[in-house]
Order: sequence, then structure tokens, then C-alpha cells
Amino acid sequence: MIDLRLPIGLFFLCVGLIMTGFGLFSPHNIPHISQQINVDLYWGVILLLFGGVMTIFGMKGQKAIKEEDK
Amino acid sequence: MMFSNMLGAVTTTLPAVNAAVAKVGHSTGALIHLQPVDIAILVIYLLFVVGIGVVTGRGTKTSEDFFLSGRGIPAWITGLAFISANLGALEVMGMSQQGYEYGMMTANYYWIGAIPAMVFMGIAMMPFFYGSKVRSVPEFLKRRYNEGSRFINAFTFAVFTPAISGISMYAMAVVLQDFLGWHFGPSVWVSAAVVLVYTALGGLTASIYNEVLQFFLIVLGIAPITFIGLIANHGWGHFKHWLNTHQLPFLPPDQVATMAVKTGSLANHAMGKLNAATQQAATHITQLPGKQWLHTWIGTTSNSTNTLHITWPGIVLGLGFVLSFSYWCTNFLVVQRALAAKDMNSAQRTPLLAAFPKMLFPFIVILPGLLALPLLPHLFPGNTKIGGHLIPATESINNVMPMLMAKYYPAGLLGLGLTALMASFMSGMAGNVTAFNTVFTYDLYGVFIKPNASDKHYLAVGRWMTVIGVLISVGFAYVVRGQSGIMGYTQTIFGVVNAPLIAVFLLGMFYSRTTPWGGFAGLLVGTGTSVTLWIFRSIKGLPLYHHYHNNTTGAFWGAVWAFAAGGLVTIIVSLFTPKPAADKMVGLVYSMTPKPPEDGLIPWWKKPIVLGVLALVFTFILNWIFW
Repeated sequence: MIDLRLPIGLFFLCVGLIMTGFGLFSPHNIPHISQQINVDLYWGVILLLFGGVMTIFGMKGQKAIKEEDK
Repeated sequence: MMFSNMLGAVTTTLPAVNAAVAKVGHSTGALIHLQPVDIAILVIYLLFVVGIGVVTGRGTKTSEDFFLSGRGIPAWITGLAFISANLGALEVMGMSQQGYEYGMMTANYYWIGAIPAMVFMGIAMMPFFYGSKVRSVPEFLKRRYNEGSRFINAFTFAVFTPAISGISMYAMAVVLQDFLGWHFGPSVWVSAAVVLVYTALGGLTASIYNEVLQFFLIVLGIAPITFIGLIANHGWGHFKHWLNTHQLPFLPPDQVATMAVKTGSLANHAMGKLNAATQQAATHITQLPGKQWLHTWIGTTSNSTNTLHITWPGIVLGLGFVLSFSYWCTNFLVVQRALAAKDMNSAQRTPLLAAFPKMLFPFIVILPGLLALPLLPHLFPGNTKIGGHLIPATESINNVMPMLMAKYYPAGLLGLGLTALMASFMSGMAGNVTAFNTVFTYDLYGVFIKPNASDKHYLAVGRWMTVIGVLISVGFAYVVRGQSGIMGYTQTIFGVVNAPLIAVFLLGMFYSRTTPWGGFAGLLVGTGTSVTLWIFRSIKGLPLYHHYHNNTTGAFWGAVWAFAAGGLVTIIVSLFTPKPAADKMVGLVYSMTPKPPEDGLIPWWKKPIVLGVLALVFTFILNWIFW
């Protein structure tokens, strides 16, 4: 069995990285709402934080599962 | 300062965005063009869901692993899956549409139409479902009543569930076609293949795990619309002022459909498009103050003073009690998630933990539709025809959510939002398919076709039924595509058939005198009454045709009468038929089941009664705020 927080955390880390990177390096691709609100950057950081927290808890949980299996 | 800068920029760029969106839509036939970053997010999501299927599939050895996740899942996971399985594309799209049409009254589907039933399920009914160790809801009916009761419930569930899944698939494919220009066939087959791979491999565990991932994805992919909608409306205070200073059009929904008119501001813009007959009809439109769109209960003393055209007794009895309790407490699609929990406390906490995010959902699925009133002011009801032609997708209320995404989401966030829409479709479909394969295998195949086969055989049948369930769904998506009217009928009939179920369950669990034949007769009469009333309401010339202000009111009151008829017949027949032996009711009936000793090891914050009371208090506060 796998601790579900791990894949969820990894998924949002991946998506958060992509969006943050895109927001940082491709500002010309953000024509919507405002040239001043870099939605991709802000939301990407939120996803990174969420993904990071889930991954940390997931890794701890996964370790516990492995110890239980032993 | 920064905020005011944002607002200024928003208002100045909107016309340019509108023009750009319109230009793209007309020049290529697709409203949205995905960029590589959007495609990358979608592909990563698909890889993760399939990966979860592969990993969970390794631990699936027995039929109980496949159908019930080995009853080993923690409460927070089953709780999120409990709402995610129900959070199909139709809900995400439909609720934003209703937010636009009816405003915050739509939140009654959550705050009165879901939370109380979920609390009751967790505290009062789950001990019988989980404690009796049944594998499905139809099996509970067999244990408490008889084989006939199981068959009725299992058969209707097995027939309608893949069909409902097919409808969801059709709706999603149409959105992908209208907005991305993707062809119907590939959209349907690729999505179905992904769902098939992970549900066939990992069974319920894969479905539940993916539903939790999908839950977070849906929330995080759709929530920005609410924030952006608020910014585009210059903040909540400004939006409320806009509603307070505008009259909005208001018609019974069935008349709206035929009159083919309804816009955010009853705009001359829309009127200009209508033919003479429709313009004449449009003159009969009544209006309500825009502030009515912010209320859930004010105006419900009369049909004509609220957006849903219904009075509060209909909401409380029809939606809040009969329909809601029948769905959340007896529908195997959601009950199955709780049955997968690792122990009784986790099973009880499943619907209770689900209640907390559920009560906040109106803010991400309904509120965007409401906020769109000033932002997308000229939309028509779905299936509106002007001059014999259907209005384009970009002018339909049904598509409020993807249109807001198209208008306000930049590349990147757009990929996340569209992936969230696809996730909502997949979670709904996987939920339906896993519930279908379980009911078919345990309650139809294992009883009427091949009883007493080996566990390995049932596991294989379950996997094959997953394939067949997906194929039926795909087939039904094509049927609906050819004849769209079937969609409404199928959803309505399923709702009508299930409406009175709660009467038979409540009497079975809490009234020990209820007999097997009483329950069976109540099930038949309740369902028969519900279907008969629906026919009487639907066919011109019959007594109840146009008796109610609209279909919603009719459905609410029809459910109440069907509940009363089913309950009454159950009691009467029970009084004249032999009572079941007391030992056969242990674990199934409240008064016949020994109360388990209080588990002192469970902390207070994990106690079902504490969570239930908290959920009800928070729900009351939300009702009070949007009174």
C-alpha cells in the first residue's frame, strides 16, 4: 500500500513547478486579467507549498507503512 | 494600493480580452487554444492517475480488495472520496450554471439538501451498514427484507448507473469539442480508456485514491475563478451593490426554455437577436431585484418571490428530507466509499468529514456562476433555439464555468482548470463504474447467475464488468449525442425511482415491526407512486400537468408524496404479515442491536457526534449569513 499523500504531493509539486516557472519566465504569455497580476506565479507558489507539505507528510507516512510491513 | 492597481488593470483590459476571445473563437472554431504548458499539466495528470492504478493494482488479490478496498482505508481518504465520487462534471458545470440562473438559492442543494443527510448517515445509519458487514446497499435490503427487495434496488442501480456515467461523458466531450475543438470520439474514448485502466487494475482502491487526487485538483483548479471573479467585479462589496441596483429577469424554468430568453440584464442586446414570436413572449418576463440572487431563504414564503419558484416547506420536506436522505443515505455510489473504511469509527466519520468541505463547495462551484452575471451578461438557457438554430456554446448558460476560464485564465492556469474539469468527469465516471461492477457482481451475478463460485471467479467477473460498464457508458454517450432529449429523461427517471427509498430504509432500521413483505411492498408502492406522479406532471392533459410552478417544485413535492405512500404501505403491510425472528434483526435494527461500549480511546475530536454537531452548527451559520 502507498501513502496517498505522497503521489498527491508529488503531482502538485510538478504542476506548481511548471506554473511557477511559466509565470516567472513567460510573462508575455499572461495577457489575461492584468499585466500586473501574474496569476500563474502566485498560484504556482501556492501549489508548490501545498505539494511540499503533502509530500513531507506522505514520506513520513510511507516510512511508517514500510516499518509496519516489516 | 496594490489591490486598487489590480482592479484598475482588470477593468481596462477586459474589453480587449473579450475581443480577443471572440476573435479566436470565430477564426478557428475553438474558443481556447491550449499551449504546451497546458498540455504538459494534462499529460502529467493522466500519468499520475494511471500510475496510481498500477500501484494499487499490485495489492488487489481478492474480490474484497477489488470491490471494498479490503476495508482498510483511513477516514480522511474515504471522506474526500465520498464527496469526490459525487462531484462529477455535471455538478461542477451544472452548479455554476444554476448559480448564474438562480443565485445563492442553489446553495440549498448543499446546506439543506446534503449536510443534514450526511450527518444523519454518519451518526444513525452507518452503524447498520458497516456493522452488518454487508458489501452493498442491495445486500442490506436482502438481509433486512427479502430477495425481491434486493433485486429491485440492484437492478435499477445497475441499469441507470452506467447510463448516468455516459451522460456525464457526453457532457464533457461536448465541452471539449466546443471549447478546444477536440473531436467527440477521441475525447470520449481516451477519457474512458484512462478510467478503465485504473479502475480495472486497482478496483475501488484505485478509484478512491484517484478521487482524492481529483478532489484536490478540482478545488485548486477551480477556486481561482472565484478569486478572479471577485477581483473582476471590483470586490464583494461592489458586486453586492451591482445586484442591489439591478433588476434581473425571472421566469419559471420550463417557460424560460420555451420562451428562449433570459439574459443577465434582460439586455437589449439579447432581445435584438430574437424573432418576433420570442420577443412577444419575452414581454411577459417578470423581474426580481438582483439582491434576491444573494439569498437562500428570503422570498420563499411565496413561489413568485424567489428565483427557484418554490416555497420553504417544499425545500425542507422535498429537498432537505426525502430527496437528500434518499440520495446520501441509500445510494451505493457514496455508501460504498464508507464501506471501504478501516473500522467503524472511520466509516462513521466518512460522511461527517466529507460534510465540511461539502458545505464550502458553493463558494467554488455556485459563486463563480453568480459572479458571472455582470461579467458575462448575455447568456441564454441551454438548448435555446433562435431562428431554428441552437445558440452557439459561447452564449449558453450551461457553459458559464469554461467560459469564465477561457476569459480569465492565462496559459498554465488554464491547463490546470481544464484538467480539473476533466478530473471531475473522471471521478464521477470511476465512481459510477466501481459501484456498478460491485452491485452487478455481488447482487445480480452472484445471486441469480452463478452463486457459490470461487472468490477468484468473482474478482475476474468484477474486472470484466468494469470493462463492460465503461463500454456501456461510452455507448450511452453516443446514444445521447444522437438524441439529446434522452439525457434529461434518464436523469429524471433515476431521480424519480430513487426518491422514496429512504422511507423503507428508515422503517427497516428503526421500526422492528417492519416485515420483509412490508418493506418489499413499500419499495414497490413508493417507487410506483413517484413514477406515476412524474407521468401525471409531464404529459399534457393529465391532472397534474402544469399543476406546479415548475419541474423542480413538482419533483420536490412528488418525492414527499411518494415517501408518504411508501412509508404508509410498509407499515400497513407489516402489521398484517409475520414479523421476522428477533435474532435475524440483530445488527440491522436499532432496538435489536446491542449498543457497543463507549470506546474511551477515541479522542473527542474523532467522535461522530462531535463532528456531526459541528457540521450542523457551521451549516446553520452559512444559512444565517446568506439568509
